[in-house]
Amino acid sequence: MYRIPILQMADTLLVTIQVDMQDQMALALQDDLANKISSSGAKGVLIDISALEIVDSFVGRMLAGISGISRILDATTVVVGMQPAVAITLVELGLSLAGVRTALNVERGLELLAQGRRENALAR
Amino acid sequence: MSQETEAVLQLLGDNEEQILSQWLQEAGANASRITEAGRRAMRGEAEDILRGLREALRAGGDPEAFQAPAWNALRGALEALSRSRAAQGQSAGDTSVFVLAFKRPVFGLIQERMKSQPERQMGAVWTVSTLVDRMAQWTVSTYQQSREELIRRQQQDLLELSTPVIKLFEGVLAVPMIGTLDSSRTQVVMETLLERIVETGSRLAIIDITGVPTVDTLVAQHLLKTVSAIRLMGADCIISGIRPQIAQTIVHLGIDLQGIASKATLADALELAMQQQGFVVSRRPA
Repeated sequence: MYRIPILQMADTLLVTIQVDMQDQMALALQDDLANKISSSGAKGVLIDISALEIVDSFVGRMLAGISGISRILDATTVVVGMQPAVAITLVELGLSLAGVRTALNVERGLELLAQGRRENALAR
Repeated sequence: MSQETEAVLQLLGDNEEQILSQWLQEAGANASRITEAGRRAMRGEAEDILRGLREALRAGGDPEAFQAPAWNALRGALEALSRSRAAQGQSAGDTSVFVLAFKRPVFGLIQERMKSQPERQMGAVWTVSTLVDRMAQWTVSTYQQSREELIRRQQQDLLELSTPVIKLFEGVLAVPMIGTLDSSRTQVVMETLLERIVETGSRLAIIDITGVPTVDTLVAQHLLKTVSAIRLMGADCIISGIRPQIAQTIVHLGIDLQGIASKATLADALELAMQQQGFVVSRRPA
């Protein structure tokens, strides 16, 4: 089975989904990502879904799940580059992904993560 | 061909001129408000219909089966009539009255010519009556169809015209919504807005609902959907132009708009948008 690669950039993990997601792949990604966050101590996860054109409720739930898992492991998840059609589909499916942060593209996503870190540092 | 049909056909053929002039008079073609050109057009229409009717009867058309190919020419003439009437803006009633006015001269003739044979007279009257009713029915339904077509086209135009996405400022898009929000419109707005967000890389979208007459639970749900979709794309959304009455309705209906930034006017929303992005607008000292 094809596994989605997870790239590490400093304390951020970058996941780029370039193929249509199958349920098995989504579960494997969730698993890999949880392991990787805890082993690397990453503070941010960036999931780029700009190449994803088809979503179902399972993938939507997977995104919410990853976000929840990484929050527990003290990392912020940002989903970037969602296509309009995908956004409309998710909303029609009743999945508004509350609690998942989103950004228009990878650059904005990194900005958002950096901003979050600054605020965190101030809070401490 | 039945005996009655044959008799009617002969009657129509022998007295064409008389029927036409009486028909037009009955239909009000001689009224002073109708111009000479209008009168000529009416006569042309009447001639076409009469010709189509005779052809159909000659071909053995059965009035009970008005969809049969024998009636093609007559149906065509009636369609042309209702289309031209619809284009002139006349009502469906006026159009069918024109067709129904055909009854009187024909009934008169039947009465006059078949005085001696009451049974045949009744049969002929029945045949003509059924026929004219079918004709009127057909006219009204085609009239309605052409009107509905017109309405559909206008609706489509309205849909396309009424949802412009405007770039207000760097990174700020606005959609002034005008008219009732239903699911098909929300869909169009959502699609165009999301596409423009990707195109322009905007961070913020303002939906202005000043032109939306009423907000009920359904409309609110559509708005919430749009806002969620925008948020999923990674942009923010402000709703502006909520009028006092609408604000009251929203609260009375118990609609939860929490988590959605709202402002009273588009200007306020723009101000907030610029503030969020760190722009400062100041007036130069005079």
